[in-house]
Amino acid sequence: MNVYFDHNATTPLDERVLTAMLPHLRDQFGNAASRHAPGRSARAAIDTAREQVAALVGAHPGQVVFTAGGTEADNMALKGLSACRRGRLLYSAIEHPAVLETAEAMDVPSATIAVDGQGRVDLADLDRQLGTGDVAVVAVMVANNETGAIQPVAEVSDRVRAAGALLHVDGVQGAGKLAMRYADTGAHTLAISSHKIYGPKGVGALVLDKRVDIRPLLHGGGHEGGLRGGTENTAAIVGFGAAAELAKAERASRHEHTAGLRDRLQAGLAAALPEAVIFAAEAERLPNTLQFAVPGFEGESLLMALDQFGFAVSSGSACASGSGEPSHVLLAMGVDPVVARGAIRVSLGKDNTADEIDRFLAVLPQVARSQSMPGLNPAVMGA
Amino acid sequence: MSRAGIYLDNAASTPVDPRVIEVMADALARHGANPTAAHEPGRQAAEALAQAREPVAAAIGAQPADLVWTSGASEANNLAIQGVAAAFARQPGHMITLCTEHPAVLGPMAALEAQGWAITRLPVDADGFCDPAALAAALRPDTRLVSVMQVNNETGVCQDLAVIGEALRDHPAALHVDAAQGAGKLPLDVDAIGADLVSLSAHKLHGPKGVGALFVRRRPAPHLAAVWHGGGQERGLRPGTPAIHQILGMGKTYELAAAYAPAESRRIGELRDRLWQQLAAVGDLVRNGGPDRVAPGLLSVSVGGVHADALHYACTAGEPPLAVSRGSACAAGSAESSYVLRAMGRDPALAAASLRLSLGRFTSGADVDTAGRVITAHIERLRALADAVAV
Repeated sequence: MNVYFDHNATTPLDERVLTAMLPHLRDQFGNAASRHAPGRSARAAIDTAREQVAALVGAHPGQVVFTAGGTEADNMALKGLSACRRGRLLYSAIEHPAVLETAEAMDVPSATIAVDGQGRVDLADLDRQLGTGDVAVVAVMVANNETGAIQPVAEVSDRVRAAGALLHVDGVQGAGKLAMRYADTGAHTLAISSHKIYGPKGVGALVLDKRVDIRPLLHGGGHEGGLRGGTENTAAIVGFGAAAELAKAERASRHEHTAGLRDRLQAGLAAALPEAVIFAAEAERLPNTLQFAVPGFEGESLLMALDQFGFAVSSGSACASGSGEPSHVLLAMGVDPVVARGAIRVSLGKDNTADEIDRFLAVLPQVARSQSMPGLNPAVMGA
Repeated sequence: MSRAGIYLDNAASTPVDPRVIEVMADALARHGANPTAAHEPGRQAAEALAQAREPVAAAIGAQPADLVWTSGASEANNLAIQGVAAAFARQPGHMITLCTEHPAVLGPMAALEAQGWAITRLPVDADGFCDPAALAAALRPDTRLVSVMQVNNETGVCQDLAVIGEALRDHPAALHVDAAQGAGKLPLDVDAIGADLVSLSAHKLHGPKGVGALFVRRRPAPHLAAVWHGGGQERGLRPGTPAIHQILGMGKTYELAAAYAPAESRRIGELRDRLWQQLAAVGDLVRNGGPDRVAPGLLSVSVGGVHADALHYACTAGEPPLAVSRGSACAAGSAESSYVLRAMGRDPALAAASLRLSLGRFTSGADVDTAGRVITAHIERLRALADAVAV
């Protein structure tokens, strides 16, 4: 039986979400831009989903622009805001590739904001960089997908707004896990995703301040208030709405449940492998995330060995897996590259159990010990 | 349809084939993992994804690895056009398209025009056809891209892609074809026409909304740079966690289409002709698009002697309700008449009083006969009303 510990990469679809989606695949197939009855019915379903998604982050439905996912929302924000406002782009060194790669590819001068040893944005560095007065856009995430470290977004936003710049917040990992309200983030744009909250893949949203100019990423057709061309993916949007409503209603219980499991894992890990390093241990973290390394072990091979035992974990970001490079997040935190290469990320979900944690804790030292003795590797790999 | 109506708007979107829904529901329930993840659930997802490429590629004579999954044909069009522009960011040049293209082509081109690109929008004749010789004449040494749709979404007019491809054979410009309305229904061979980029849709072919693909020729590869950035998925051209259920749904969609075409096209074409014969009897109708060039599923008619809004309201709100459109669903919100029909020389008033009737796999002979009778009755009643007011 597989144990899934990779919820920051993606989550299984909630059955209740599937139930909400199916009618929109089966009978409600109209194009939401059409004026006839099937079109209007699709439009009404999207309107409801827009309200549900807005409610999850305490925004107004009119501020929600549906996209094909968090990556598109991040791209749209960075490129769209920068196209309307000349100046430098600042982004934290631990951003997701959707922000990092986008910023690096853009034809705009940019720089990274340093983080401290616990993986939190260094506000003094931000102050220093904003001091040059030529910053147009700043991008910071709500919580890091690898370490789970929660970022001081409100403090960042005060500074960014005081400097007259625009703030994009990648809220993909925060939505549904934290009581994250759009207004409290102080963001001009906020990216969120459906498939991190037990909704379908292929849909996300950019929540935005309508007073700020933003250039669309996708042109054509006038959909989403002219901000995002393309026939709306009704079924996926409805699924996102249903997932958002569930996430809002169950947030506190999911938080309590995953935090309890995570603490159990962390305590068990300290007991079983005292030499294990827990990253961002002193930072306030997402309740479900624990990233650690066992010195002397290579993360990718540990991960593969755990996979043989039926545990699906990650070395960090799924998007960068297989590259063999140490995590840019850990390097930015000043972690020794050798230790960083050993990183394992466990990200828990609402359906994980204490028994799964205990089984993982029973297997991990065994796997780690066999990894340190090459002669035992084939036995482990064949298990 | 949710109400007892008749759905004749398959060019806007189509009912999803139940066999496609089955594949998607299964994928939604089973493939929870991220296909880029290096664990067993992730590998299973990745393997399922790989298989979906084949039927889609086969529909256009491409190789599976040539496809880049997108969130739909609109995104594919944007990627093709903005991607070519991004590859020439240091030396903007010229692009050619038709004035009757879809907004997802005209939109990004207009945005590029504002950034210094020169855009030629070629006219079409009264039948909606673009003379390939005019296109050849419009080529400039710095023309980077020519974008021509296979089947027009409002009229169904097919352009002569083979001749256009021939005209481009000795020119470095890339050829992009928006095949959203035609792929899987009509033959299209990327090698025969020399296409470098082709946009594909699923939801126009009884597949799901929210997924499409861009064919990007690998050898010789067109000058195309990434437009979105992130995790490096899809040859670096389309980042983001792949939406597995959507992609598997698109694969099944094209598999079914291949099994049905060309018999399905023939049946739909016959129904369309039958609908036209029934409507034509009412008189003072213009059929838009040269009949020998129109794809089987589409019938665009402009109706003389009726008020445009009244006609559309009568059709969509009458009994039984007919799901028909004036033109493109994407322009449904705008009050102005179709730019496609005006480009074909229709005066704005007549162009506004137009109906696009589009048929699909689930359109029956009875649907067509009822629709023909109901639309005829609406037209006669509205004309009588107009006459009475005039008296």
